[in-house]
Amino acid sequence: MENRWAIETKKLKRSFGHIDALNEINLKVPYGSFLTIFGPNGAGKTTLIKILSTLIKTSSGNAFVNGIDVAEGGEKIRSKIGLISHNTFSYNNLTPYENLKFYGKLHGLSNLETRIEELLNEVDLSQRRRDPVRTFSRGMQQRLAIARAMLNNPSIIFLDEPYTGLDQHATKILTGILKKLHTAKNTIIMTTHNLKQGLEVSDQVIIMAFGKIVFQKPVPEIISEEFEQIYFDCVEKRK
Amino acid sequence: MKKYFKDVSAIVWKDTLSEFRTREMLISMFMLAVLILIIFIFSIHLGKVKAIDVAPGVLWIAIIFAGTIGLNRSFLNEKENDCIFGIMSMPIDRSAIYFGKMTGNFIFMTIMEIFIFPVFIVFFNLPIQNIPGIVLITFLGTLGFTACGTLLSAMSAASAKLRYMLPVLLYPLILPVVIAAVQSTGALLYGKQIADIMSWLKLLIAFDIIFISVSFLIFEYTLEE
Repeated sequence: MENRWAIETKKLKRSFGHIDALNEINLKVPYGSFLTIFGPNGAGKTTLIKILSTLIKTSSGNAFVNGIDVAEGGEKIRSKIGLISHNTFSYNNLTPYENLKFYGKLHGLSNLETRIEELLNEVDLSQRRRDPVRTFSRGMQQRLAIARAMLNNPSIIFLDEPYTGLDQHATKILTGILKKLHTAKNTIIMTTHNLKQGLEVSDQVIIMAFGKIVFQKPVPEIISEEFEQIYFDCVEKRK
Repeated sequence: MKKYFKDVSAIVWKDTLSEFRTREMLISMFMLAVLILIIFIFSIHLGKVKAIDVAPGVLWIAIIFAGTIGLNRSFLNEKENDCIFGIMSMPIDRSAIYFGKMTGNFIFMTIMEIFIFPVFIVFFNLPIQNIPGIVLITFLGTLGFTACGTLLSAMSAASAKLRYMLPVLLYPLILPVVIAAVQSTGALLYGKQIADIMSWLKLLIAFDIIFISVSFLIFEYTLEE
């Protein structure tokens, strides 16, 4: 039977010591959708992204990305995904070109030079391609992170609070790229604190609090003016 | 297998490029090693003690202490901007990260040793003999040190509790390697041949194999916080 879900989790649990960061999460994300995860700090958003991108292991339960179990097919999953975090994963002493070359080598990409040029143009960094990353502003570094995550043309993209600390230019570029990726039927999972931004780009949202999903709805069914109140109600109720 | 070696070499390429751009680590390592040699030269009464008796120990203390600076930096550099997650999110076997970082550390230590050996020979006024043997011992000793040290460096960088514990964890573990290296270096400086130090050589090789094998098996788990 063909797998319908880009992401599927069953009773997914992850504990750090006696703290349950994720508590029996059941989630199904169809291919091509843009899911935004809202929630306060410590809700488990980043832990969920880390598990789905195979950076950390589950404590119990299952998680599947592209139909592949994260516990077994780490390398296969990582070849199909892109990951953008609020940290940029870029090396300060290297230039953008060298950073992308390094990650491109690890992806085993052919035609790497052409791909790097393409991406540097897309994120508007080609003029600074020979400058060390340490001389870049936060926004420029995040644009480089976007280019890095797009190197392998991922079909599933995870974004963990990608708008944190971005200037308007970088925000506009990121939003533009996300909309383009969504139009191209890529699956996107994003966590953010910015309710307005999240609602604008996604087609379904969930709210997490204390390791559980407490709200889940398609965006067209949400009245955006009321969403802030819904968010606070969900988060407060869990306290 | 070809992809595995390409992944390892990409990590080595990145580390060496990054280091040669600043040379911070190499300069710190070299300066500390020279400083240790100078301190020992002035604290040992060479009229009462033969230089050749203490020189091997002093040399390996300098190598190990200076090398620890490199190991400390090795994974802390990956913590900057969370780069370690960047590498971990790539479609590579996690052990390739270990071998890439270990090879990088080995290269930096070897460069430091190339510069420190002439200083050592001059300071202690030692005869230049048995060079191939000393090179072999240094190679094996450095390999054991970096094999074990790279694993512990990853552990200490991953855990806030262990952040400053690298030397405390590392030195007891590498004691057999250091003892074997000091004894065999001493014997070679006294003019003995490689055949005379075979037992130390076997010990060094055995520990190198153990450290590399164990690190290969458990490295993935050390990356998790």
